[in-house]
Amino acid sequence: MNDFTYHAPTSLDDALAALRGGDGAKLIAGGHSLLPVMKLNLAAPTDLVSLAGVPGLGDITDGGDSVTVGAMCTHADVAGSDVVRARIPALAAMADGIGDAQVRNAGTIGGSVAHNDPAADYPAACVALGATVVTDRREIHADDFFQGMFATALADDEVITAVRFPVAARAAYAKFANPASKYAVAGVMVADGAAGVRVAVTGASGDGVFRVAEMEAALGASFSGEAVAGIAVSSDGMLSDTAAGADYRAHLVTVMAKRAVEACG
Amino acid sequence: MSANGSGIGASVKRKEDNRFLTGRGRYTDDINLPGQLYGHILRSPVAHANIGGIDTSAAEAAPGVHAVFTGKDMEGVGGIPTGWLIHSKDGSPMVEPAHPALALGKVRYVGDCVAIVVAESREQAKEAANLVEVDYQELPAVASIEAAEAEGAAAVFDEASNNVCYDWEVGDRAATDAAFDEATHVVSIDVVNNRLIPNAIEPRAAIANYDPATGDYTLYTTSQNPHLVRLLLGAFVLGLPEHKLRIVAPDVGGGFGSKIPHYAEEAILTWTAGQLGRPVKWTCERIDAFKSDTHGRDHISTARLALDADGTFLGLHVSTKANLGAYLSTFATCVPTYLYGILFAGPYTTPAVYCEVKSFFTNTVPVDALRGAGRPEATYLLERLVEKAAVELGMDRVEIRRKNFIREFPYQTPVALQYDLGDYDATLDLALEASDWAGFEARRAESAARGKCRGIGISTFIEACGIAPSAVVGSLGARAGLYESGSVRVHPTGSVSVFTGTHSHGQGHETTFAQIVSDMLGVDFDAVDVVHGDSAKIPFGMGTYGSRSLAVGGTAIYLAVEKVIEKGKKIAAHLLEAAVEDIEFENGSFTVAGTDRSKSIGEVALTAYVPHNYPEGLEPGLEETAFYDPLNFTFPAGTHIAEVEVDPETGEVDVVAVTGADDVGRVINPMIVAGQLHGGLAHGIGQALLEECLYQEDGQLQTGSYLDYTMPRAADLPSFSINHNTTLCTHNPLGVKGVGEVGSIGVPPAVINAVIDALRPLGVNDMAMPATSQRVWQAIQQAQG
Ligand SMILES: Cc1cc2nc3c(=O)[nH]c(=O)nc-3n(C[C@H](O)[C@H](O)[C@H](O)COP(=O)(O)OP(=O)(O)OC[C@H]3O[C@@H](n4cnc5c(N)ncnc54)[C@H](O)[C@@H]3O)c2cc1C
Repeated sequence: MNDFTYHAPTSLDDALAALRGGDGAKLIAGGHSLLPVMKLNLAAPTDLVSLAGVPGLGDITDGGDSVTVGAMCTHADVAGSDVVRARIPALAAMADGIGDAQVRNAGTIGGSVAHNDPAADYPAACVALGATVVTDRREIHADDFFQGMFATALADDEVITAVRFPVAARAAYAKFANPASKYAVAGVMVADGAAGVRVAVTGASGDGVFRVAEMEAALGASFSGEAVAGIAVSSDGMLSDTAAGADYRAHLVTVMAKRAVEACG
Repeated sequence: MSANGSGIGASVKRKEDNRFLTGRGRYTDDINLPGQLYGHILRSPVAHANIGGIDTSAAEAAPGVHAVFTGKDMEGVGGIPTGWLIHSKDGSPMVEPAHPALALGKVRYVGDCVAIVVAESREQAKEAANLVEVDYQELPAVASIEAAEAEGAAAVFDEASNNVCYDWEVGDRAATDAAFDEATHVVSIDVVNNRLIPNAIEPRAAIANYDPATGDYTLYTTSQNPHLVRLLLGAFVLGLPEHKLRIVAPDVGGGFGSKIPHYAEEAILTWTAGQLGRPVKWTCERIDAFKSDTHGRDHISTARLALDADGTFLGLHVSTKANLGAYLSTFATCVPTYLYGILFAGPYTTPAVYCEVKSFFTNTVPVDALRGAGRPEATYLLERLVEKAAVELGMDRVEIRRKNFIREFPYQTPVALQYDLGDYDATLDLALEASDWAGFEARRAESAARGKCRGIGISTFIEACGIAPSAVVGSLGARAGLYESGSVRVHPTGSVSVFTGTHSHGQGHETTFAQIVSDMLGVDFDAVDVVHGDSAKIPFGMGTYGSRSLAVGGTAIYLAVEKVIEKGKKIAAHLLEAAVEDIEFENGSFTVAGTDRSKSIGEVALTAYVPHNYPEGLEPGLEETAFYDPLNFTFPAGTHIAEVEVDPETGEVDVVAVTGADDVGRVINPMIVAGQLHGGLAHGIGQALLEECLYQEDGQLQTGSYLDYTMPRAADLPSFSINHNTTLCTHNPLGVKGVGEVGSIGVPPAVINAVIDALRPLGVNDMAMPATSQRVWQAIQQAQG
C-alpha cells in the first residue's frame, strides 16, 4: 500500500475542499471496498478523506411515502432500523444479508452505491425500488446512476449524502451468495411500487445491475412465482468465475426471481 | 490409575485457554528482538521461467534497506532437504532434485522465493521489493497432473523425465490379478481427491537471530516440530551443529500439516541474520500464504474391486497419480505412499490388495501433509468404491460393509499393516442407532414434500496414527526416527514440569498431558505444567502430526513418570526404613504395604533435592526422561454417517446431520476429544463440499484468496452427534490411539455418498469433491438430459 495523507473533515464543505485539494484524493467511508484494492496496489490515492466526522450523514428518516437513508449508515444500521423494517422490510432484509457481521458493521450504503461492485446487493435494491441518490449538489435517479461495472454518474469530487427509497406496496430480495465471499452471484430484488413492478438483478452481469423487462411484464399481468419461473435470461454477458459459470448464473437469476416474488407474499 | 476430578477421563478446561482467550498468547509475530530488521520475501509472479538476471540496485538504494539477497548470494548454502526416500517399482530411488532456498537460475511456481529484502521496517522492505528487477524468461508451465504427464510436457526438472518423481507400489500384484480372475463382479471407480489449501489461522512467521559473541543462532518459527527443523536446517542446509542452533516454536495458531515442513523462508531468515549480525523478522501475509504454505491432497485415481457372488471382497486394485508440486517438501513423498497405499485394507478382510502410485512434479506450490495426510485419500476412494459396489450388486450398503469386516485380531493386512485390535461392528451399530438410519425414508419423504432431495451416506473406516516403529519406517525410506521423548521434573516442593518433544498448536497438550501426570503422580492438576516447543529446553522430539502426540509423546511421558515413581520408591523406602519391594505408590503417597506408614510425593521430592537422609549410592534429584519408540501404529476406527438435503433448483447441499461413532482408544479428556472431532469433521465437510484449490493452465493460482477459496463456516455445519466405543490400543500402556485427524478422514466419503444417494432418483450416479452447488446443478442438468 502506498503512503497517503489522511483527512478527517468535520463538515461537508471541508470534505469537498479536501477532496479537491489532492489530485488523486478519494473519500473513505467504511473502507471495506477501498482498502482491499489499496492493499493490492490496484488503487493508490494520494489523499483519503474520511466522512466519519461529517455530521448529518448517519440519519434514517421516514418521509411518509419514502425512507431516506444517510450515506454513512452502515448495513447493520439499515438492517436494524425500525423505520426501514416497518416501511421497506425487503431493504432491511437485504442489508442483513450483506457479507458477514464485520462487513455489515463497517460498510456503508454510500460506499456501496458509489463503488457499484457488480456483485454488490444495494444496486438491485436501488433500481427495483426506484431510489434516488442524493449528493452534495443534485439528485440522481437510480436508473441513471449505475453505469456499468464500478461506474456511476458521480463526478470525481461529488459526495453522496443520502439515498431515498420510495415505499413499495410489496418487495422482496432473493440472493444466491458466493460461498466464499458471500457477495451476490445472483441477487434479485422484486418490487411492486408506484412505478409498477420492477425486477432488478445484481451479481450476474458484467455490466452490473440490470432489469428484466420480460419478467416485469409477466408479473404485471400476474404477480406470482410461476409467472417468472419459465422466463430464462440470456447467459450472454454474464459473469463467470470459479463459483459460477455464465449458464449457472443465468439459471440462478430465474430461480431467485421466482423466490423473491414468492417471498413478497 | 486413580480417577480424580482432573485426572484421566475428566473434561478439564484447557490450561492454555487462559492465555489464548485473554489475548495473551505469545505467537512468533508477537516476539520482537532489540535491533531487529524486517525481511520481505519477493516471490515469483510466474509459474515457470528462467531467471535471466536480477537487478537489486534500486531496491538496495531505497530508504531503510539494509540488504537484498538472491539465490546467487546463497549459492554455497545447502538446499532444502526432503525427509523420505521412496523407491520405485524397479528398485530405483526417486528423483530428488535440488531445492535452493532462494531460486537459482529458475523459478518453478508462483510463490517461489526469489529474493529477500531486509529493511528497517516491514513497509520499507515491501516497498523496496517492488524495485527488484527480475528478468523472467517464461517457460511453458505444467500446472496439473494431466499437464505433467502429457506428451511433450515442459520439464519442471531436467532430471525428472516425464516429470515423474517415482512410480511406487505396495501389495501383491499377481495375487490381486488372480483375485480378479476369480471374481463374479468387478466394480470400478474413478475419483479425484481435490487439492486443498490448509489455511491455519496464524500465517507462518519467523524471526532469526545470530549472536556474534557466542556464535549461537536462534530461530523462532511457526512450526509443528521444532527439533525436526533444527535437524534439517542445521545438518542439511546451514551446516550448523545442534548446540549452536536453537529453534523455538512458541504458541502456534494451527498447523493442519502445513507447519510440519522445514520451509525455505526459515533457512533464508537464519542465514540472513548471520550475514547481517542482526535479528531479522518475517511474517507471511495471507495472500502469500495461499501461494507458499504447502498444499494438500491432489490425487487422480482409478480403482477396481473384485467380489464374489454374495458380495465378499476378493481383491482391490488401485492406481493413483499424485501431484507433489514444484519441489519435494519434507514429507511430500511419503504422504501418497506409506500413509496412503497401506491403508487400503480398510476395515475389510479383502485378501489381495495392490496399490501403485506415480507421483509428479508440477509448477505448483509444493504439496505435503494436510490433516489426515494420505489416509483421507485412501478412505475416500475405498468408501466410494464400496458404496458403488453395494449399489451395483443391489446389496444393502450397511450389509456389504458388515459382511466384509475384520473380526479377528491381530489382523495382518495384505498391505503391510498389522491391526492390533478393533470392533468395527460396535461403532457401526452405534452410528446406525445414533443417526436413526432406520428412520431415514420418512425423513426423505418429508424433505421431498418440501421440494428437497434428501440423502444419507455412510463410511466405515480405519486409520493409522503415530507412524512407527523407527526401524520399520527407516527401512521404508524415512530419514528420521519416529519415537518421542518426555521428561518429568518433580521440583523440590512437589510441583511438576513436563517436557515433551511433541508440539501443541491447538490440540490442548498442556492440559491432556498434565492430566496424565497429575493422575499418575497424585499431584494437583494445577501443579503440573507442560513445556514444549523449544529445542533448548526439551531433550529431543519429533513433533506433532499424524495424530501421534498422545500415543507416542504421551507414552514417553507415562514412561518417564514410571521412572520417577520407581526412584521415589527407593527414597521412600529409605525414609520409612522398609524394603523397596514393599513400597506401594497410590494417590501421591508411598506406603509400606499393609501399613499406614507413608511418605507423600512432596516429602520424597524434597528429600531428593535436600538429601541429608538419603539412600546410599542413589543420585539426588527427581527428574526422569524416557524415549519411546512404539512397536506399531495405533488404529482408530469408526463409522461416520452424513445426511444431506439438496435443493435441486440451485444445487445447494445442506448438511443436515452428521453422526460419528469412533473408537479412538482411551479418552483422556472428552471435551478436547470432542473438539478435535468437531474440527476434523468441519475440515472433512469443507473438503467434501466447499474447498478446492484451482490453478489456471499457466500456473496462476485461481483461488488465491478468501474471495474464491471457500472455508467451511459454522453456518455450513450441523450440530455433530459424537459417540464412542472404545477398544484399548494393545501396545501402549495408556491404551490410547489418536483423534486429531479422524473427522477429516472419515467424513468426506459419507458426505459424497449422501449427495449421490440424494440425487440418484434424478439419475445422478457420481459426484466429485467438492460438491459445490454449481457442480451439483450441472450433474442434475446432465442426468436430466
Ligand atoms: C468480506 C467482504 C464481503 C462483502 N460482502 C458483500 C456482500 O455480500 N454484498 C455487498 O453488497 N457488499 C459486500 N461487501 C462490500 C461492503 O458492503 C462494502 O463495505 C461496501 O461495498 C462499500 O462500503 P464502504 O463504506 O466500505 O466504502 P469504502 O470502501 O469506504 O468506499 C468505497 C468507494 O466508495 C467511495 N465512497 C464512499 N463513500 C462515499 C460517499 N458518501 N460519496 C461518494 N463516494 C463514496 C469511496 O471513495 C470508494 O471509492 C463485502 C466486503 C467484504 C470485505
